[in-house]
Amino acid sequence: MEGLTLSDAEQKYYSDLFSYCDIESTKKVAANGRVLELFRAAQLPNDVVLQIMELCGATRLGYFGRSQFYIALKLVAVAQSGFPLRVESINTVKDLPLPRFVASKNEQESRHAASYSSDSENQGSYSGVIPPPPGRGQVKKGSVSHDTVQPRTSADQQEPASPVVSPQQSPPTSPHTWRKHSRHPSGGNSERPLAGPGPFWSPFGEAQSGSSAGDAVWSGHSPPPPQETWVSFADTPPTSTLLTMHPASVQDQTTVRTVASATAANEIRRQSSSYDDPWKITDEQRQYYVNQFKTIQPDLNGFIPGSAAKEFFTKSKLPILELSHIWELSDFDKDGALTLDEFCAAFHLVVARKNGYDLPEKLPESLMPKLIDLEDSADVGDQPGEVGYSGSPAEAPPSKSPSMPSLNQTWPELNQSSEQWETFSERSSSSQTLTQFDSNIAPADPDTAIVHPVPIRMTPSKIHMQEMELKRTGSDHTNPTSPLLVKTSDLSEESKINSSVKFASGNTVDGYSSSDSFTSDPEQIGNNVTHQRSHSGTSPDNTAPPPPPPRPQPSHSRSSSLDMNRTFAVTTGQQQAGVVAHPPAVPPRPQPSQAPGPVVHRPVDADGLITHTSTSPQQIPEQPNFADFSQFEVFAASNVNEEQDDEAEKHPEVLPVEKASDPASSLRVAKTDSKIEEKTAASVPANVSKGTTPLAPPPKPVRRRLKSEDELRPEVDEHTQKTGVLAAVLASQPSIPRSVGKDKKAIQASIRRNKETNTVLARLNSELQQQLKDVLEERISLEVQLEQLRPFSHL
Amino acid sequence: MAVCVAVIAKENYPLYIRSIPTENELKFHYMVHTSLDVVDEKISAMGKALVDQRELYLGLLYPTEDYKVYPSHQSPCVESTFPNQLCRYGYVTNSKVKFVMVVDSSNTALRDNEIRSMFRKLHNSYTDVMCNPFYNPGDRIHSRAFDSMVTSMMIQVC
Repeated sequence: MEGLTLSDAEQKYYSDLFSYCDIESTKKVAANGRVLELFRAAQLPNDVVLQIMELCGATRLGYFGRSQFYIALKLVAVAQSGFPLRVESINTVKDLPLPRFVASKNEQESRHAASYSSDSENQGSYSGVIPPPPGRGQVKKGSVSHDTVQPRTSADQQEPASPVVSPQQSPPTSPHTWRKHSRHPSGGNSERPLAGPGPFWSPFGEAQSGSSAGDAVWSGHSPPPPQETWVSFADTPPTSTLLTMHPASVQDQTTVRTVASATAANEIRRQSSSYDDPWKITDEQRQYYVNQFKTIQPDLNGFIPGSAAKEFFTKSKLPILELSHIWELSDFDKDGALTLDEFCAAFHLVVARKNGYDLPEKLPESLMPKLIDLEDSADVGDQPGEVGYSGSPAEAPPSKSPSMPSLNQTWPELNQSSEQWETFSERSSSSQTLTQFDSNIAPADPDTAIVHPVPIRMTPSKIHMQEMELKRTGSDHTNPTSPLLVKTSDLSEESKINSSVKFASGNTVDGYSSSDSFTSDPEQIGNNVTHQRSHSGTSPDNTAPPPPPPRPQPSHSRSSSLDMNRTFAVTTGQQQAGVVAHPPAVPPRPQPSQAPGPVVHRPVDADGLITHTSTSPQQIPEQPNFADFSQFEVFAASNVNEEQDDEAEKHPEVLPVEKASDPASSLRVAKTDSKIEEKTAASVPANVSKGTTPLAPPPKPVRRRLKSEDELRPEVDEHTQKTGVLAAVLASQPSIPRSVGKDKKAIQASIRRNKETNTVLARLNSELQQQLKDVLEERISLEVQLEQLRPFSHL
Repeated sequence: MAVCVAVIAKENYPLYIRSIPTENELKFHYMVHTSLDVVDEKISAMGKALVDQRELYLGLLYPTEDYKVYPSHQSPCVESTFPNQLCRYGYVTNSKVKFVMVVDSSNTALRDNEIRSMFRKLHNSYTDVMCNPFYNPGDRIHSRAFDSMVTSMMIQVC
């Protein structure tokens, strides 16, 4: 064989090819397999190929040694250039373009329909280590394809104008066989299914084949180290980013070509290390997919119907079976249409398949629509960044060495961007957590949103407070309270929560606290309760101190009275008005005289109350009752404080009475004074708060209220009796100030009355609790029955 | 628990047929084919039946069927003459695509609801296959998802 002188580029190129063909690294390439494919890809007539083989001496040797191989390649170039095959021509022909090989192999796999014009590149059949085509510097895929297409009627019929550009593929990971399909930036490059083996070494310096047809061809040339070539391409074409090489960027390819194989190798290594997920879609790829999506469906939020998608993907020349499987994988919601994410996933799978990747059995996570959704947003944001990235390599092209480093630099950036894809998924999850968090916050909202439940809660708290109050007042009380204490103790024994008694005791404090609560939030009974609860702890302090501070209690009381009106609207309704009306008519003076009366009535009332409570719905009556009590207290306090009428006389009476801490007694007193009450309206709300807020003054109005209630008894229904009592108590509260200053008899009478009312209420409470227990028992029994029935239903 | 699952097209040719003891495949083919007559009979019996799930499910086609016991499949059953009893169930879709399922009745006694649920799953998977634009109605079903679903149904038995 004559000596073969090769230019550097040729040298590189040939060595690459040889390495490619020399899959066994034996330095000998048998005339089969890849070599044959290579020659076939050269698109030379068979006889020419035979001639070449003969010329290079392979036929003699039976295999292609390196030199023979090189000679053969050179002859191929010669033949392709149209020169006669002569041994001499090897060295004589100058400036021979690199032999062009059209990928003819792996057509079955990598064939992309011409229309597809995807740059599906070399299939995995390439040993991924093929160094990039030597540099004539132009492995412009575009050019290659362009050129190659022209001379031959490539099997890939690409539609030159097909808008579909071969998708870029990023060699995401280690699989070196991954060939990145660089997209023709110009688009419309028909993609040529690239048979693995036939690396297409685009002719150098050939114009970019930006045109469609070229693409198919060049797809072949994206040969060698897929990644490396990509890399090199990345240098050049703006489109070809690190990951996805654009064969299309033909111009750039020239520069890429200049890239040394070594650098390419470095890049490849880097690339492979940078991507862990083979299924990750790079930004460029994504952008490409999005563009393709737009060609079919302008609305990015819309769907691609199955038929359109079928046509589109059929162009990729993948077997229908595989396309069917890809569809199965990517149509996440099984609706027969592809959203943008599904489309991108499908496209990515097609690209992967064309590159030789086996289709997964399950959709990879990175292709899951939900992640892709996130990535979309990221993608949008990243696009500019990506553009910038891609731009940098594009700019680099002219300088070979700098291009490589720039590429390398861009890689990590792209990697980061790709990492961002994953962060989005996290973000989505975080957003989900946020939503959960918000939902958690909602329940924590204070009483603003919850008014009704509050009263329910009040019961136990009130009871608790009442207990505390009772105990506390009991200790403080002397004579007036002692009998009551006995009673209360009895009551307490009956029921763990002596409502009335405790109310009585607690009212003093509760009223105080309720007044506080009123100041804070008069309209919300719950608040009162909570406040009371909080106050209950401090009730001892409250009871001792002088009358509640001059807070705007009257206003509060009024508002509370309004509340009371509202709450009682169902039950009391007019009666409240009556109650309200009554107290003013009652002169504070005749309290002592009335004391016995009310006392007498009280038991009746108590009974009535009890019955009333028993009959009335437990919920509402309980709540208002409790509320009443609290309001009683509040009103008592407020009334006492504010109004310095005749009731003012009772203040001193009330005070000691309060210290007796028997709301019952105070109620009693209030009863006596009920007629005197003027502020029944105010008392009404006080009733609500009576039970909850203990106040020193409250007992007085409570007393009044009781009295008024007594008066109202005949008029009050069962339903309203209880409330009437409370109302009476409340009504009495305003009168308390009036009664303040009355003789002690009246006070004591009122105290007694209050105590009696306390006992009544305590009894009432116990009854209510019993009813509650009964109801609970019924509920339990029903549940048991339900469970018994349930197994049958399962059968 | 299915021993054999078959999807028959409207024109009574199989779109998909798969049986667990693969060596008896031909036998199952025959079995399914014979069941088609019963299916057709039931369909025609319905007349203008309303199309609803219940009607889609045809129930037991053949109460029992001798199942030739191959040595490899010989199971220590009670009956000597009828070691394995196979029940065949049918299901027809609105588009006259029929599903036939052969169930080994030795283990599973009647679990009509289970059979129904299996048919429902089959129907859903078949619908998914149909949704695939790359699937031409009338082609054999090669969908891997469908295969996996059928396998899950059949593997339960084994």
